[in-house]
Amino acid sequence: MITINGRDCIFQPGETILDIATRNRVEIPTICYLKRTTPTGNCGICVVEIEGHSDLSLSCSTLAKTGMIVQTDSPRVVSQRKTVLEQMLSSGNHNCTIGSSGDDAWTQFQMDVESNDDYETLCPAWGECKLQELAYKYQVQGKHTSAPARKIPLELDNPMIIRDTSRCIMCGRCVAACNEVQVNRAIAFGDNGNEKKIIAGKDDSLMTSDCVFCGECVQACPVGALVEKKALNAIRPWETKKIRTTCPYCGVGCQQWLHVKEGKIIKVTGVEDGKPNQGRLCVKGRFGYDFIYSKERLRTPLIRENNELRKATWDEALDLVAEKFTRIIKEDGPHALAGVSCARSINEDSYQMQKLFRSVFKTNNIDHCART
Amino acid sequence: MTNSFGEFSKAKMFLVIGSNMTEAHPVAATFLKNAVEKGARLIVIDPRRHKLVDFAELHLPLKVGSDIALINGIMHVLIKEGLYDKAFVSSCCVGFEELKEKVEKYPPEKVAQISGIEAETIRKAARILASVKPVMLCYTLGITEHTCGKNNVMDTANLQMLLGNMGKECGGVNPLRGQNNVQGACDCGALPNVFPGYQAVTDSFARKKFEKSWGVSDLPSENGLMIPQMMDGLVNGKVRGFYIFGENLANTEPDIKKVEHELSSAEFIVCQDIFETETTRFAHVVFPAAAWSENDGTFTNSERRVSRVRTASNPPGYAKPNWWIFKQIAQRMGHHWKSNSAQEIWDNEISMLAPNLGGIKYNRIEKDGLQWPCPDTNHPGTCVLHQDGEFACGLGVFNPVDWTPPAEVPDETYPFVLSTGRRLYHYHTRTQTGRCEGLNELLGEETADISPEDARAMGISFNDFVKVKSRRGEVCIKARITPEVPKGMVWMAFHFREGNANWLTNPAFDPQTLTAEYKACAVALEKV
Ligand code: SF4
Ligand code: SF4
Ligand code: SF4
Repeated sequence: MITINGRDCIFQPGETILDIATRNRVEIPTICYLKRTTPTGNCGICVVEIEGHSDLSLSCSTLAKTGMIVQTDSPRVVSQRKTVLEQMLSSGNHNCTIGSSGDDAWTQFQMDVESNDDYETLCPAWGECKLQELAYKYQVQGKHTSAPARKIPLELDNPMIIRDTSRCIMCGRCVAACNEVQVNRAIAFGDNGNEKKIIAGKDDSLMTSDCVFCGECVQACPVGALVEKKALNAIRPWETKKIRTTCPYCGVGCQQWLHVKEGKIIKVTGVEDGKPNQGRLCVKGRFGYDFIYSKERLRTPLIRENNELRKATWDEALDLVAEKFTRIIKEDGPHALAGVSCARSINEDSYQMQKLFRSVFKTNNIDHCART
Repeated sequence: MTNSFGEFSKAKMFLVIGSNMTEAHPVAATFLKNAVEKGARLIVIDPRRHKLVDFAELHLPLKVGSDIALINGIMHVLIKEGLYDKAFVSSCCVGFEELKEKVEKYPPEKVAQISGIEAETIRKAARILASVKPVMLCYTLGITEHTCGKNNVMDTANLQMLLGNMGKECGGVNPLRGQNNVQGACDCGALPNVFPGYQAVTDSFARKKFEKSWGVSDLPSENGLMIPQMMDGLVNGKVRGFYIFGENLANTEPDIKKVEHELSSAEFIVCQDIFETETTRFAHVVFPAAAWSENDGTFTNSERRVSRVRTASNPPGYAKPNWWIFKQIAQRMGHHWKSNSAQEIWDNEISMLAPNLGGIKYNRIEKDGLQWPCPDTNHPGTCVLHQDGEFACGLGVFNPVDWTPPAEVPDETYPFVLSTGRRLYHYHTRTQTGRCEGLNELLGEETADISPEDARAMGISFNDFVKVKSRRGEVCIKARITPEVPKGMVWMAFHFREGNANWLTNPAFDPQTLTAEYKACAVALEKV
């Protein structure tokens, strides 16, 4: 048993204070903590006060011990969190409304950021940023009056992911996502003496590293340092709704959130804790959604006439097929018809097609590409 | 799969055969890699040194198509050295004597000659496999896409029964399905021999049941044709009307020239698809269909989990859900089907007719899906099949099989073996992924993957054009030189029309399943 904010909580050996608090619905803010990976304590935001300990403790990596008395929101804790947030905000181009202090400073800061960014608008993570969210909550603003010059240009050479070191807070979630979750080993902490940063491959770009563009790192990044290129500027979370669905590609059947704006999918993320994928996706599942909006989609039924396919109405096309099939059955029996169903379409479609063949045509000549 | 992806992270050991998981099932591979990082052991059996081999303690790069010889050799050692699970075999299996007799003929020394794997390595593999329990066996199309595909599958089951790894959490035989809903298409009866729920069409009780439910009489009682037989029928006139739903047969079937001849011979072809494809060129009528995310429904993944698919956008133009199109045809032929949504079809028909799916209803799978067997609405679903040694037909039956070589093996004129598969950034014939922004940039063309040794010997450098030629056709594409591929092999995929491996592949089929031998044919390689 330990006590959190005056409440007694039971725990299993090996559980951290954060685990126990989460289970008991006591909210401790976290940034760098990534579920199912080794806690690093990089960000320092999850600190709590333990009675009898002179220093604050990181709840993500401190194991519970019987009798511990923990405060998760004491004045000391709150003040420490504010300091951490302020440092993070001041460390880069966090040009949402919280990135700088007063009005004039904000304008100057915006102009600076815009001139060293390639973005037309505010930070692309606005509204989905953990740092922004916590800064609002703790009423912290950055100390900027102007933006630091950009040291490393935006990385734009791959088609999927934009890397922006100017907004990176070095939390390391991407590194854990890439190495511990997906085990692709494409990115790592780099430390060339005075400057720490996240490096891809041998400190080059994702394109030349072992990156397989699964996008797990993007999903893990709490700020605007890693964003989906295809979703850029298309998405502000309050304008979108999330629809849960199943990936249309391989037989793993990953669970996806479709982020939909005005009837259009603009981004896909994994359903955290969903079965079977626990939030993970691969490159096809995460970035392979926009084929449905291709201009080449079939939009009307087609009928062959003079050796060319021409547009037709549903009635025309359906009548033609029904008549032709009826005639073939009459002339040569039902087994002169055969059909191949689709191993990518929904169950209900395959069911319906075999029902058509069996109960209407009266043949079992129905198969599908089970074998490719 | 007899088991579930959720067990990967707890597994103690994996045996992965013919499965390039990091590219074909990337997320499944992540769970496997997680387990290995935490100490699970991994043996990979595959001609290619694919990415997963980096994580394996033992890689057996067997010759293409020698799987049965190798597995029999491993079983030979297990029996010879008394390492197999005697308790499991005697209490849960039948046919051990026959198996013993069969694998007696596969001593490691002999297997070494067939498979190219040294006898000592085969012994070592057998000993490792016997030392850990349970072992989870995973395979993909590297096992099935052979003329001996069915026997390959049976032999993996033989091995797992002999090791006592069946019916156990973190054990079992686990085929990862290539396409998202192969499992579901099978479950729902898109097969020539069974109704939904694997109820045989030859069984008069099953027919009665479906006749009653569908309000018809005289359901056909003989098994229907499989795809290769249908294709033959197009040429000899036995099949006059051919309905192709969502498959791009002109690119996915072996020997494109032959397939196109068959399709062009057809009297009447109906295609139902979301795009014009190489196959719709042969159609007489094309129906425009709604795509993934344009209608509601369910997919069933490799671990038998039925999960929801939901609508996000409207289909373009006049495109319609597939089930609606089938219903309209039925109606025009005098059958008025009641169900008028995917949910009605599932809840009122499929789940009522297939006993294993009986407990799965849309309202139960709003969030996570359920795994069948799930016979009633209080049933939590089933993660592990055959728990406690209970197989569908009582005891597990050993099915001893002999090794047979691929239908076409390298010779003087065609000295290389061509093997095929998928790559990470694309899917099948790219009708979908080829139209996704960015994916073509990551992989823009087909290549012929060859080994550094062969490249050196033939003076081929990276990106040089090479001609790959088989008895059926030839393609001219760029060479990609990679240590993944063993000497003597050319490896290609079928994502691009240009340089599609199926111009070359051999339309030789497993005699029972009629699965084509995509994984092996003989080719010649030439620098151009
Ligand atoms: S996209 Fe995937 S592979 Fe690439 S860096 Fe991110 S996590 Fe690693
Ligand atoms: S890129 Fe994002 S996830 Fe990675 S360290 Fe920087 S802020 Fe954290
Ligand atoms: S996200 Fe990738 S691994 Fe998951 S189902 Fe889709 S294609 Fe398969």
